[in-house]
Amino acid sequence: MVSLNDYLIASGLLFAIGFAGVLLRRNVIIIFMALELMLNAANLSLIGFSRYNVQNGLPDYNGQVLVFFVIAVAAAEVTVGLAIIVALFRARQTTHVEDINTLKF
Amino acid sequence: MSPLLFWIFVAIMLFFAGMVVLNRNPVASALSLVVSFLALASLYVSLDAYFIGVIQILVYAGAVMVLFLFIIMLLDLKAEITRRINFPAMCGGFAVILLFSKVLFDVCYGVYGGNAKFPQISQGPQGDVWQLGMIIFERYNLPLQVVGTLILVASIGVVILSKRELK
Repeated sequence: MVSLNDYLIASGLLFAIGFAGVLLRRNVIIIFMALELMLNAANLSLIGFSRYNVQNGLPDYNGQVLVFFVIAVAAAEVTVGLAIIVALFRARQTTHVEDINTLKF
Repeated sequence: MSPLLFWIFVAIMLFFAGMVVLNRNPVASALSLVVSFLALASLYVSLDAYFIGVIQILVYAGAVMVLFLFIIMLLDLKAEITRRINFPAMCGGFAVILLFSKVLFDVCYGVYGGNAKFPQISQGPQGDVWQLGMIIFERYNLPLQVVGTLILVASIGVVILSKRELK
C-alpha cells in the first residue's frame, strides 16, 4: 500500500525540481513556472497530511481549505507577476535576469 | 489507489516537471507544466480530495497555463542559447543534489515510523464538495471575503500596471 511517506517524497522531489529551475534558468517566465511547481509541491504535502489526519471518519478538511486559499492567492499572484513581466519587457525588451541587474550593487 | 498507479503518476509528474526546467523552448516548458499539473491533480484524487483535484485542473492546468502561454507568445520569446558548462560548479551542484536527496529520504521515511498507513475514511452522506463548502462558508467565511477582495485588488493592479504611462 502507498503510505504518507511516499507522498512526502514525491512532494519533496517536486519542490527540489522547482528550486533547481529557479536557480538554473535565466528566463524570468521559466523561473516563474518553477515557482509554481514549488507552490504545488507544498499543496501536495498539505493534502497528504489532510488525508492522514482522519477525524470522525472524514479527512481533515482544514488542510484542504488551506490548499483552496493557496490556489486562489496563487492565481492572483500569477496575474500580477505576468503583468509585471510584460511591463518589464516593454521597458527593457528582455526577459533574461542577467540583463536586469540595475538593482544589483 | 494501487501502488503501481501511484508511482506511474508520480513518475509522469516528476518527468514533466524536469522537462519544464530542461526544455530550451519556453512554449514546450509551459506545455510540460500542464502535463505535470494534470498528474498532480490525479494524485489529489487518489488522496480523496476530489474538489481540490478539479480546482487544480480548472485553475492551474486551465486558466493559469493559458495565461502563461499567452504571455510567452505575446512576447515572442526565443529558445535560450545553451550556456558553456562550468565544470566545478556542476560537480558542486551534483554534490548538493546527492546530499539533499539523502536528507529528504531520511526525513520523509523517518516521520511516523517510516510507514504511515492512511486510515480508512467513510465518505460522508453529502460527499466531498458539500463538506468543503460547509467548512469554507461557515468557519472560514471571513478569509474567503478577504481572498475575494485580494483578487479584486490584483485585477485592478494588473489594469494599472498595463497602462502605457505609469503615473
